[in-house]
Amino acid sequence: MKLTSLLATAALGLGLATAAVAQDKTKVGFVYVGPVGDGGWTYEHDQGRKAVVAEFGDKVETVYVENVAEGPDSERVMTQMALDGADLIFTTSFGYMDPTINVAKKFPNVKFEHATGYKRSDNVSTYSARFYEGRAVQGTIAGHMTKSNIVGYIGSFPIPEVVRGINSAFIHARKVNPDVQFKIVWAFTWFDPAKEADAAKVLIEQGADVILQHTDSTAPQAAAQTAGNVITFGQASDMSEYGPMPRVSSIIDDWAPYYIERTQAVMDGTWESKDTWDGIGAGMVGIGEISDAVPADVKEAALAIKASLADGSYHAFTGPIKKQDGSDWLAEGETADDGTLAGMNFYVEGLEGDIPQ
Amino acid sequence: MDLSAINPVLLIASLMVAATPILLAAIGELVVEKAGVLNLGVEGMMIVGAISGFAITVESGSPWLGFLASAIGGALLSLLFVLLTQVALANQVASGLALTLFGLGFSSLMGQSYVGIKPPQMGKLDIPFLTDLPFIGPILFGHDPILYLGIALTAAVWALLKYTRVGLVLRAVGENHDAAHALGYKVVRIRIMAIMFGGACAGLGGAYISLIRVPQWTEGMTAGVGWIALALVVFASWKPWRALLGAYLFGGVTVVQLNLQAAGVAIPVEYLAMSPYLITIIVLVFLSRDKSGAPASLGRIFHATH
Amino acid sequence: MIVLEKRPQPSQTWSMATPVVAVLATMFFGGVLFAALGKNPIEAIMTIFWEPLFGEFSFYYRPQLLIKGAPLVLIAIGLSLGFRAGIWNIGAEGQYIMGAIVGAGVGLAFYPLEAWYIFPLMVIGGAFGGWIWAMIPAILKVRFGTNEILVSLMLVYVAEQMLASVSLGLLKNPEGYGFPGSRNLQSWDSAHNAELFAGSGMHWGVVTALIAVIFAYVLLNRHMLGFHIRLTGEAPRAAKFAGVNPARLILFCLGAAGVLAGLAGLFEVAGPAGQITIDFNVGYGFTAIIVAFLGRLHPVGIVLAGGVMALTYIGGDIAQSNLGLPSAAIQVFQGMLLFFLLALDLLTNYRIRLASKEVA
Repeated sequence: MKLTSLLATAALGLGLATAAVAQDKTKVGFVYVGPVGDGGWTYEHDQGRKAVVAEFGDKVETVYVENVAEGPDSERVMTQMALDGADLIFTTSFGYMDPTINVAKKFPNVKFEHATGYKRSDNVSTYSARFYEGRAVQGTIAGHMTKSNIVGYIGSFPIPEVVRGINSAFIHARKVNPDVQFKIVWAFTWFDPAKEADAAKVLIEQGADVILQHTDSTAPQAAAQTAGNVITFGQASDMSEYGPMPRVSSIIDDWAPYYIERTQAVMDGTWESKDTWDGIGAGMVGIGEISDAVPADVKEAALAIKASLADGSYHAFTGPIKKQDGSDWLAEGETADDGTLAGMNFYVEGLEGDIPQ
Repeated sequence: MDLSAINPVLLIASLMVAATPILLAAIGELVVEKAGVLNLGVEGMMIVGAISGFAITVESGSPWLGFLASAIGGALLSLLFVLLTQVALANQVASGLALTLFGLGFSSLMGQSYVGIKPPQMGKLDIPFLTDLPFIGPILFGHDPILYLGIALTAAVWALLKYTRVGLVLRAVGENHDAAHALGYKVVRIRIMAIMFGGACAGLGGAYISLIRVPQWTEGMTAGVGWIALALVVFASWKPWRALLGAYLFGGVTVVQLNLQAAGVAIPVEYLAMSPYLITIIVLVFLSRDKSGAPASLGRIFHATH
Repeated sequence: MIVLEKRPQPSQTWSMATPVVAVLATMFFGGVLFAALGKNPIEAIMTIFWEPLFGEFSFYYRPQLLIKGAPLVLIAIGLSLGFRAGIWNIGAEGQYIMGAIVGAGVGLAFYPLEAWYIFPLMVIGGAFGGWIWAMIPAILKVRFGTNEILVSLMLVYVAEQMLASVSLGLLKNPEGYGFPGSRNLQSWDSAHNAELFAGSGMHWGVVTALIAVIFAYVLLNRHMLGFHIRLTGEAPRAAKFAGVNPARLILFCLGAAGVLAGLAGLFEVAGPAGQITIDFNVGYGFTAIIVAFLGRLHPVGIVLAGGVMALTYIGGDIAQSNLGLPSAAIQVFQGMLLFFLLALDLLTNYRIRLASKEVA
């Protein structure tokens, strides 16, 4: 048995060597948690991959594996890509965090990029998007547009990412409309179109005339369209097929600029481990075309917020903001630090209900 | 908390919609199981129905043609199950699971060019005067035609099983296939018809999700509804009207819990989500006391020996 | 007119030959499918079946076969005992989840203590979690005659909700920045089900699977209880006369399946997976049912079947990456393999012959 393990170690070393040998083509691997046809999260990552191909043409070779379960399967797929000579591997789900770190340890010459996680090492970078900036724009439009003063919000699981989005949207809706109320339902699933449709219908029946969603399917859009005077926002992808009503705008995950930049860095030999958390400014969060269903002055206000977020003159969490229980969080003019935002597990003042545990 | 925000009329109307895919699939499976066959491939047949219906609707522009196609798609897939279990006499549990695996993969392949497309819509029933009636109008007369088809199918299956000779034979085959065979009934032929009917119904149920309830195509979009349909058949103790009631109850649990959440009631969501399954188990326990429960030959392989 | 005639004894030749024929048939039709998708069929088939075993990087994939195959075999062995006796536990997925939850929970209760007894306690916890979950359908069946197929299936969904619940609440990593999922047991020596030899893929789950195979083989062939199991499945009435106690048999078969599935869950969560998360379960419990049937409910057959399934998973992922095949095509390919294996089993138990007009 000792011999086998020795052999294995030696061979792994060999694998490293193969990977390290300079090739004319830069090989980039992508590990996806869902199918590329999910029309949302994985679809947008794959669009990013295609953009890399379009940018570099023959100089790059991309490979991907879809529907990779988190855990040992993902570890195997990453290892396989590294063995097959990938220079750079993007792992695009939070649950790939520990597997990515494990595999990266074995392949110090391969660069890894893990989406939405917080563990890094010399050859592992992390990247994520400040979707909450997009939520600020949505919240502004929602606050102006609602007539019933009830905004419905479909959450997936009660995790910081989703809670952050709810808070950001709420703060900005309140800013332009002090009477606005949020109704939040948790679907407890990442993906179940039928349930998402039900959730949207329920919110509409309870008086919501704006639906925000943190789930990926277009089911809520269709429910809003059937209901009539309800507006929605595209999530993850533009969902422009539902414009100009009910979809009045969208948050688009645009990974292309980042993927191109990092691939270029590997080609140039300038790649370094870092933590990227980009927003509207860097183009990672796209705001889809605001449709004509939105009055000109509202559109203007939304674009103004977008512009100030983009140039960094405004932070979506700027004090004074209190927590839901009335305690102080941010003082006048103070902005939230990334650490607090990353682990956000509280509602801000004015939101009703509790975050489920 | 604001319970007054919940509108009971709309709640009932939307739980009817939520219940329809489960009901359609369950009615089909009920007939299959009555004939003594356990087909665990419902999820696979539903998703194939969902994409068949979606593709044909988009290509032809007619949701009606789409629904027809979904029934055909589901029935065609069930033919694979027929080949395995009725011709090759393979184990039904394993064959059903294999069918689901195959169906999920096959539907994704078929659907690759249909992601992100909005299908043509099927109109809703709108009878002047009747649909506008307060309270019962939206509940009874304000839905899409397929929802009524589901209820009609329930009635038809109930009548068929209870009053017709075909129903009698079907039940005989399911209770004791050897005796039925001895009486001269074509056990295999009857089961094949039942399985295909089940496939067609599951296909319709799938298309109801992809064409009406959501409506869009994404891979794996049935997200486990087929398994709930299987639970429902048992819950209903193989009786069509109880299946209807059960479908409303199952659909209702989802809709009601979402309603309670939206109204600001703090509820443990995951515990409510498991309640239909727990209720089914409790019902099973009560059912197994009286012996009118499961068809006696359920899941057993039939081979005619002379 | 073609008729089927039941063989008095299952054919030895065919029971060996059908899996081979089935794999060949799958290769052929799978090749047609891959060609239709515009890929080189021979290359694709080679990638799936050859690459993991004998390809350039087989030193890495062979241990992976053990990691992927062990839970399948472990669960399938337990299921096969019941299936032989006509007891249909299809809820192994739920038992697997509960084994992982209870086992990991027992371990995490001691965190961050380092002690030799933590891992053994977790193993007991895992076995207990799976066992108790399997006892629900077992006791209901014994006490009320409730159908175990449906109860065990329902309990899978209950277990999945429990998993979501503990991932977000009870077992959530307090240092995980609010993300769902437990602490990673891989980074805690006392709880880590590590590889026994680095790079070999051998962890306690693999060892347990091998023990279970041997145990099942001996039980079925050399032990009275094994005889009773087989007798009940093949001739229930004879079993009654032979004095088999059906209640005891149900409790044993479901219990054994639950224990093994629970152990599989525990070894997975403490080893390759490392942590409890919302999506911890990846369908091993359902795939194991197929593995049990592909292995003809025979311990040795199950090991082979588990190997073949693991191979198609690993080879399938390689084919996706190297050839750009969609994962759906791999799923269809696996479905085909199952269809052929199931359908051709016919030849083992029946003889096909041409007959003059006779009504079947």
